[in-house]
Amino acid sequence: MKVALLELRRRPGRFSTATVILTLIATLLMLLGGLLDGLLDGSTSAVAAQQGEVIVFSDTAENSFLRSRVSPETRDLIEAVPGVAAVGGIGVAQLGGRVPGNADRDLIDVALFGYEIAPDGVPKLPAAGEAYADRSLESGGVREGMTIELGPQRTPITIVGWVDGLAYSGQGTLWAAPETWRDVVNENRPGAGVGDGVFQSLIVQASDGTDPMTLPAAIDAATDGATDSLVLDDAINAIPGVEQQSSTFNQIIGVTVIIAIIVVALFFALLTVERTSLYGVLKAIGATSRTLFGGVVLQAVVVTLVASAIGGTLALVLDLAVPPGGIPYTLLPARVLSSVVFLLIAAIIGCAFSLRRVLRIDPASAIGSGS
Amino acid sequence: MNSTDTTAGPDQPSSDQPSSDRSGSAQRSGDGDLALRMTGVRKTYQLGGEEVVALDHVNLSVGAGEILCLLGPSGSGKTTLCSIAGGLLSATEGEVVVGGQDITHYSERQLSGFRSETVGFVFQAVNLVPFLTARENLLVVDELGRRSGKAARSRADTLLDELSMTDRAKYLPSQLSGGQRQRVAIGRSLMNEPQLVLFDEPTSALDTKLGEQVMDLIQSEMRQRGTAAIIVTHDDRITRYADRTVHIIDGKLDA
Repeated sequence: MKVALLELRRRPGRFSTATVILTLIATLLMLLGGLLDGLLDGSTSAVAAQQGEVIVFSDTAENSFLRSRVSPETRDLIEAVPGVAAVGGIGVAQLGGRVPGNADRDLIDVALFGYEIAPDGVPKLPAAGEAYADRSLESGGVREGMTIELGPQRTPITIVGWVDGLAYSGQGTLWAAPETWRDVVNENRPGAGVGDGVFQSLIVQASDGTDPMTLPAAIDAATDGATDSLVLDDAINAIPGVEQQSSTFNQIIGVTVIIAIIVVALFFALLTVERTSLYGVLKAIGATSRTLFGGVVLQAVVVTLVASAIGGTLALVLDLAVPPGGIPYTLLPARVLSSVVFLLIAAIIGCAFSLRRVLRIDPASAIGSGS
Repeated sequence: MNSTDTTAGPDQPSSDQPSSDRSGSAQRSGDGDLALRMTGVRKTYQLGGEEVVALDHVNLSVGAGEILCLLGPSGSGKTTLCSIAGGLLSATEGEVVVGGQDITHYSERQLSGFRSETVGFVFQAVNLVPFLTARENLLVVDELGRRSGKAARSRADTLLDELSMTDRAKYLPSQLSGGQRQRVAIGRSLMNEPQLVLFDEPTSALDTKLGEQVMDLIQSEMRQRGTAAIIVTHDDRITRYADRTVHIIDGKLDA
């Protein structure tokens, strides 16, 4: 093992090609992961931040906020379900917003949420006609204290503060009191108006000791099928486009990992061929195939870790360089870690292709060889 | 040239020849005095469906501390014999005992352990690890075998000193002359305090003067340690450094 490490240290040029290629692959892997997380974040972070375990939609809504309506009577039934600690209404309206200082037709896309239970990172309810804005809207010209106009009826909303990292369907969010949301919907979407006490959905908090997984069925049973309840993770995946985005990106990431396996396999197979004579000598003086293969794996792991460190740094630099509201790119530690693990697994699998060659090297080839 | 290149050709005599002990070691009473005992060793290969006999019922004993010169032309089987004695190849028939260890039926893994602990090799092409210094090339033996750490480092330093290589200890093989590389290879072969050292054409890559210096060194190192050695060569000038010379032709020993 020490011999393998010394070779890396003394002959870095020998491994530079593999390091460069694996660095590019590591960077690509983390960029793809960052883009996927950025897209998912942009689509789901507002829902993921909800302080509840279960989200309740009406039965015909197909898990869509826009189609769902939950009446006060249904809410009463849900609040009576054993294991339910608290229930809060939520609704969202996706509209164009006019920002003072921008051109008249230069609208920004916003999703206005009305909420009862403050999601993670959102302050207590603002006054009527006011809202907290997601900081990504700053890139569209929104400023604190500014009054923007929403929808065709130009309903005024005054921005009283910022929240960070809360987006929905790729749009920056505004967080307002339920009455403000209801007023905006009724003024600008008369066909989809909501009455007093009606919400698009309900956020349900489970009481201590209750398994949240059991709540959706209990709630739907209590409402006699008038609701379609989902635990939070299922509700996030039910957001239109989320599953498709994940699937597409994960396929690209999978192909990239396969390319990494091929690169490592080819590189170390070539290196093993080059070292046949050396390995013959080392076997002759007592090295086992296991020791030699262990050295190959160790070198592949070190090269991969170096490549991952460089790739991770590049991905982090990009993350810091991208302004809020720019390209959807979010570098999460878990994503970086999973990328490194994928690459390490790829490196080890790639090395396995050299194992047979190492096993076949005959120690007797060292003797009688004048070459 | 690989090991198969040293085997006898298909047109060579079959293995039905009578075996003979021409080692001249009859005076030795048991394996306790022997570094190597090969009894009725036969090695055959399959080549194109035909059996090729590389060694034909060889009997050979080498005493502890004895320097044996194994002389023979290319393809005579001397490298095969050397490989079997060093545990690089297994015999098809017969018994091989090295330093009291019967290695005849050793597995690959057992042979690896045997090679790292009981025998030393000096190869024709020297074959030092190119990216390790002279000292590290000696220590690699310790890393591959039983790790003794500080004791190994001390032994490496002692060997380099004996080989007059202390001032070149940190040099890479590419920075050493042919003779210096050969000295390092000799040091490496002695790192595990072997019972038997096998030298494969140790002077073939050196000029006459350097070759003589290296042979003097081999002789003095073996004598000093009481280590047995087999020197495989086709150069009969080497024989004067040996206690005994054994000729090998067509896989059979001939005194």
